[in-house]
Amino acid sequence: MLDALLMALTALASPERLGYMALGVLIGYAIGVLPALGGLAGLSLVMPFIYGLDQVSALAMLVGLVAVAATADTFSSILMGIPGSSASQATILDGFPMARRGEAARALSASFLASMIGGLIGAVILTGAVLIARPLILALGTAELFMLALLGLSMVGVLAGKSFAKGLIACGMGLALGMVGTAPATAEYRLDFGLIYLSDGLPLPVLVLAIFALPEIIDLARGGGTISRSADLGRGWITGMRDIMTHWWLVLRTSSIGSVLGAIPGLGGSVTDWIVYGHAIQTEKNGQFGKGDVRGVIAVEASNNAREGGALVPTLFFGIPSSGSMAVFLGGMTLLGIEAGPAMVGSRLDLTYAIIWSLAIANVMGTLLCFATSPLIARLTTVRFGLLAPFMMMVVCFGAFNNNRELADLLLLLGVGLLGLLMRRFGWPRPPFVVGFVLALPMETYLYQAVQFYGWDFLTRPGVMIIAALIVVFAWLGIRKRRLADTEEDGGSTDTGKRQPQAIFAVIPVVLFAAVFIDAMGKSFLGAVFPMMIAGAMLLISVPVLLRLNFGRVGGSLFHDAEANAKPEDGSFWAHLGWVIGLVGLSALVGFLLANTIFFLSFLRYAAGCTWRMTLFLTSIATIGLIMVAKLLTLDFPQGLLQYFFELPWPLR
Amino acid sequence: MTKAANFSLSRRALGGLGLGLAATGTARAQDMAGKTIEWIIPFAVGGGSDVWARFHLPLLQKHMPGNPTVVIRNVTGGGSINGANQFAQRTRPDGLTILGTSGSTQFPYLMGDPRVRYDYRAWSVLMASPTGGVLYVRPELGVRGPTDLAKLQAAQGLKFGSQGPTSLDVVPALAFELMNLNVQIVFGMQGRGQGRLAFERGETPIDYQTSSAYTSQVLPLVREGKAVPLFSYGILNAAGDIVRDPNFPDLPTFPEFLKAATGQDPSGPAWEAYRTLFVAGFAAQKFVVVPRETPRAMQDLYRTAFTRIFADPEYKEKRGTVIGEYDEVVGEAAEKAYAAGTVISEATREWIKEWLLRRFNHRLG
Repeated sequence: MLDALLMALTALASPERLGYMALGVLIGYAIGVLPALGGLAGLSLVMPFIYGLDQVSALAMLVGLVAVAATADTFSSILMGIPGSSASQATILDGFPMARRGEAARALSASFLASMIGGLIGAVILTGAVLIARPLILALGTAELFMLALLGLSMVGVLAGKSFAKGLIACGMGLALGMVGTAPATAEYRLDFGLIYLSDGLPLPVLVLAIFALPEIIDLARGGGTISRSADLGRGWITGMRDIMTHWWLVLRTSSIGSVLGAIPGLGGSVTDWIVYGHAIQTEKNGQFGKGDVRGVIAVEASNNAREGGALVPTLFFGIPSSGSMAVFLGGMTLLGIEAGPAMVGSRLDLTYAIIWSLAIANVMGTLLCFATSPLIARLTTVRFGLLAPFMMMVVCFGAFNNNRELADLLLLLGVGLLGLLMRRFGWPRPPFVVGFVLALPMETYLYQAVQFYGWDFLTRPGVMIIAALIVVFAWLGIRKRRLADTEEDGGSTDTGKRQPQAIFAVIPVVLFAAVFIDAMGKSFLGAVFPMMIAGAMLLISVPVLLRLNFGRVGGSLFHDAEANAKPEDGSFWAHLGWVIGLVGLSALVGFLLANTIFFLSFLRYAAGCTWRMTLFLTSIATIGLIMVAKLLTLDFPQGLLQYFFELPWPLR
Repeated sequence: MTKAANFSLSRRALGGLGLGLAATGTARAQDMAGKTIEWIIPFAVGGGSDVWARFHLPLLQKHMPGNPTVVIRNVTGGGSINGANQFAQRTRPDGLTILGTSGSTQFPYLMGDPRVRYDYRAWSVLMASPTGGVLYVRPELGVRGPTDLAKLQAAQGLKFGSQGPTSLDVVPALAFELMNLNVQIVFGMQGRGQGRLAFERGETPIDYQTSSAYTSQVLPLVREGKAVPLFSYGILNAAGDIVRDPNFPDLPTFPEFLKAATGQDPSGPAWEAYRTLFVAGFAAQKFVVVPRETPRAMQDLYRTAFTRIFADPEYKEKRGTVIGEYDEVVGEAAEKAYAAGTVISEATREWIKEWLLRRFNHRLG
């Protein structure tokens, strides 16, 4: 083992290989800064260039890309509230409020340092655990995986915020949307309305962008001003570093959790994110989580990079990629003539170590790069938001349609975005919604499989009982009044608002659960039992909530309307939603590229009040940038009616 | 089907108005210099078909006359139905857009999935790529070969992790049917890797992997005595018979195994169904196609290029991890494989439909 480690490090120490790694880091950085592109797009970009490289160089380049993408995506999460990737959403909950408070520098510096240290800790853990990783993973059966999914779900307890009932229902809505698509046990299509798009299930990246980023943009556009409420970025860099020193124990804990959970195949990165974030809330004293507590940023970012390292375990030793970027990494390995499998802990152990330590070194490189460039990028938060808003809209739309590359992505973005906007306004917590969504499929799949494989006796397996005990401990920790501060509440308003709007909104979950229930009635037993149970239970909770909001006494934790004392000079709540609807609607007519150009011209000129000169300048930058990225990624923009009737040359087609 | 065809025709006509006769100009495209070929892969980046295409990509650029640029466009959705539909409806027959299909594209077409808007008869095959698979069991079952079939038939609690009733994993399910095994099939596996994981964890005692995964992941288990291979699916020879897999010459093929166990050649509707889906899912798993109306000269450019690729030393050296020791084919051999993998008799289709309903309570369409 030591031989192999030494061999790997010697192989990596060549300047040429470090050079390729740095190249990978650079590309990964460029890609990672753009939200929702992530390592996946970057990896497909470099695929053509890895031909002709020796194995270690090529791997170093691929790994460099993956490593830095998970660090650089923090920029958009913290500075703009746009989740950099679907696997680092929790960062925005505290990072973005910090940026708005004028603490962008502190948040970024804490997050980069946490990332780097987390990555290094992950590498150390992996180095030690490589030889026992295979048997450990094989000890986790479907029964244990189901319990781990439950553990994730139990985090809803601390993520629910002010009203536990609303938190539960939000989680239920996530579960309901997560059940759209193919039923794992029977391959029946649920709530697909005959559409291929829906039969695949809703894409997580679109959902995350819609539920978190879109409402934020609309709200900011309405308020005007800049993202940071103070023009001065401050000398937060040192403070951020000091934060890491103070909270070293949290860094150590969360990076270890990230590393271990990342190594478990079939759980998914977003679950890890929320488990770690929930863990921080449960265990840290006097938290202001959700309102810009730096520990929220530290916990999630420390676990992020460690998780990428952990994810190498199923990828390298079992050939089972646990994320999109790992799938591409595995594909790259195959093209290089390296086969994943038991050999990676045997005859090719040196290669495994080379990969693990490439990740660690690339982490350090990436962090330095991020540090070096962040004073510049952080200035974005002091730019007038009117100029930033169209770019952010474009980036969010791009991130959304880069999934399936069709108009449906944009429609889903709009629909769920509207839901997110209203949830934000009426105090329905959004994190439980995402937790429910990402866990719906694993929960149902593993429960069904565990019962098939072990019968209901699976509940008495030791692993299951250990995880069950953990859930109880965590729940107990959560009950001690440590929960997410009310993220949706702005400025400490206690006005619960008028009854009617929120009473109307509460109909939506009831209708959704009823739809799930009715749809399930037409399915076979195994396809129906899970959705019926969830939807049935949720109806029992959501109907009383609806009734109370409609007829109960106003007040208490249930009522909330952020619009209750809105400033009239900010304009109507709905005004800026119009711009989003306009962009998506126009895309349906003339395709996204043209629609986006028109959107830029009109928004900058009329909403932001720019001169024509400025308007044209910014629009050209946006359009040219968009076309260049599309060219690199070989993608067509979502098409509208225009493209339906006329064949146009690329990029208009 | 007809509705979609009409639609695409009218669209094409409209498009033609806009672009004049550009399409016909390519009929004598002997030189592709400066052109861009779009290779549509209806699967995600990093998956088997994507890696397969990316492996060929630089070689195709090298061997097409004029060294055109080849780009891969991943159009995902519906387990490849979406991308194939788009290709069928939008592609002009100028040879500048090609499609890579896989077993998951063939299966819904053969089974009559109502979401399918493409027709293999409207395409010409440029190249066909085979793969294989090996079925293996846990040693505790005490089954070593065909003579132990009775033991396997009597085994209690046989389970198999499957990706779904209409996935590639229907092929082993049909094999169980032909062997008269009582196997409980557990769905919801995302990828063959998860099925293998269930086997390694001891949750399922029977599993299969396609050739490359078998070689890298399962063979080490076999050497440790943790898995026992029973048979390979075999490959098709030029005459269309199932013969031993060159990657696993020591393993009997499935028909060989059946014959050795039962004394007779397999036959009947279950066998017909098995054979058709086996060819579509394994023996002729991947095709490169263009619309049928693509000028013959253009099609032949590709055929020649692929022939040259297969002779390229670089190809031979590197194909191992991506394709395995299988011969990809063009020309007549490809046509034969194409016919065997994309044509199904009405009786067999009906039988499959009825069997899926009876066996899994799964209703097609």
